[in-house]
Amino acid sequence: MLGPLWQGRRIPLAWLLLTRQPVRLLVALAGIAFAGILMFMQLGFRDGLFDASVTIHRLFDADLVLISPRSSSSVSMAGFPRRRLVQAMADPAVEGITPVHWNLLLWRNPENRATRSILTLGFEPSDPLFIDPTLQPKAKLLQDRGRVLFDERSRPEFGPVAEWFRQGCTVESEIGGKRVRVAGLVALGTSFGADGNLLTSHETYLKLLPNTPPGSSEVGLIRLRPGSNAAAARERLQRQLPDDVTVLTKDGFIAFEQNYWRTSTSIGFIFTLGAAMGFVVGCVIVYQILYSDVSDHLPEYATLMAMGYRLPTLLGVVAREGLLLATFGYLPAYAAGQGLYLLVRNATQLPVTMNTTRALTVFTMILVMCMASAVLAMRKLGDADPAEIF
Amino acid sequence: MVLVSGLRHSYGSGSMRRQVLQDISLRVDPGEVVLLTGPSGCGKTTLLTLIGALRQVQEGSVQLFGEELRDASRSSRLNLRRRIGMIIQGHNLLRCLTAEQNVQMGADLLQGVSYRARRDRSREWLRAVGLSDHLGKLPHDLSGGQKQRVAIARALAARPQLLLADEPTASLDSRTGREVVELLKSLAKDQGCGVLMVTHDPRILDVADRLVQMEDGQLSQGAYAIE
Repeated sequence: MLGPLWQGRRIPLAWLLLTRQPVRLLVALAGIAFAGILMFMQLGFRDGLFDASVTIHRLFDADLVLISPRSSSSVSMAGFPRRRLVQAMADPAVEGITPVHWNLLLWRNPENRATRSILTLGFEPSDPLFIDPTLQPKAKLLQDRGRVLFDERSRPEFGPVAEWFRQGCTVESEIGGKRVRVAGLVALGTSFGADGNLLTSHETYLKLLPNTPPGSSEVGLIRLRPGSNAAAARERLQRQLPDDVTVLTKDGFIAFEQNYWRTSTSIGFIFTLGAAMGFVVGCVIVYQILYSDVSDHLPEYATLMAMGYRLPTLLGVVAREGLLLATFGYLPAYAAGQGLYLLVRNATQLPVTMNTTRALTVFTMILVMCMASAVLAMRKLGDADPAEIF
Repeated sequence: MVLVSGLRHSYGSGSMRRQVLQDISLRVDPGEVVLLTGPSGCGKTTLLTLIGALRQVQEGSVQLFGEELRDASRSSRLNLRRRIGMIIQGHNLLRCLTAEQNVQMGADLLQGVSYRARRDRSREWLRAVGLSDHLGKLPHDLSGGQKQRVAIARALAARPQLLLADEPTASLDSRTGREVVELLKSLAKDQGCGVLMVTHDPRILDVADRLVQMEDGQLSQGAYAIE
């Protein structure tokens, strides 16, 4: 099978055209790699944003979630009567509930006294909150008043809380003028909406936010009995409960948050536009390279046509140049993308990672970019007139 | 092999119309070396491009290997071109290819010949033109005469039945020029290949089986006449 192909091979003209002009090739590859990196970064930020906006949402130990219909996103959660959660207990499929307070409060950096808003969750320490079982023993520490669990993955602007705590210091700070003490550390992660996270007890939360109407909650977690159908239970509860609550599945809760960032802010659009610009820049660069390559070699192409090479064969040479450029421009873009993602992860704590879908998307974009440019440059080949060679 | 009769050709249109060839009749037989001489601008190159199927025939008839070129489609002209070897004054080698690869571009036109055979063929022809020491050199590193010889090897590697040459010895010294012309002549004799050569070089006129003079778009002597 391979034998005849191997024996049928020709001079790799496209390869030689590119590699015998190393400077031009390097410029082309740098341009393509740049466009690829741009697309990787923009798409990475966009996906990272959508992922990061639900860092906390994913952690909840819940099958269904109650929220207020007035809530629009994690940065503006409204309260609903906690009675609804208790009413939900009446459903035979419901096994347990956890009312959760959810708000952004001002945390004072214990080192430099600057304040910054931090996502604070208030819950009954005996209730299950997260899927992660390691929280349970730490939650007991919250039973004392004025104690909080600090997210060690919070941005450094909140102060060196985790470091001090690990060194054995007693870390105290202020929230809304009330003194709190860090009782332990948890590892949750930041999101675009929240730069840091704080867990505290229901009681402490009410002390920090005395204006919270009693008997209200921002988020209600509902756990179903094993084997229950979450979608059916959601329908049933939504029908039974008054319309001052919205019942979501956990996936629906995640989608609700992502949808806010996707549709109600310009962020998704901006990053998609950024990726599109990378695409256009790449197109221009590759087109320039291929066009000047064809122009420079026009007499040689004309000679080949005079010798009896068909136009499609020569178009194939240009197409192969495009293919080679795409492949060899993509590899450094991929490598640089990996490196920059690591950099972004370290600098922003956002979950920006390379995934197969994005790697393939960017490769497809680069391929389309190079082939489209090749097709445009091919039109120049029509100018090659074999009668002019003499 | 080549049969031209009543060929007229002109460039431009209307008042700018300029007649380049007038009523040309010419014949090249297999194994025959025909030399075409004449002052520059007399239409020799136009005649070569017409016979080489590079240009559309306007008036008159050009038959190549028994096929009429007038009104021939692009693709049938292209197929005919594969049977013609062309040696061009500007040699037009591919700058990015080595001497050997350039010659192999000619050999690659052969259908159903294995890579190894095509490569060996290329090397053989380069050896025949005395360039076996320069296989891996780029055109940039070759002298004008060496480039010309690569172009000749390239034309011959495609196993042509007709060879059209425009001043093939122009950039060669008299000894290599002589060798190249002898080579072309022996090829013509051995393989029954017709050769039509445009030249100004008086040193090689003796290799011709037939000499054709051209002036002002006309052949001054009957092309069939001398032998």
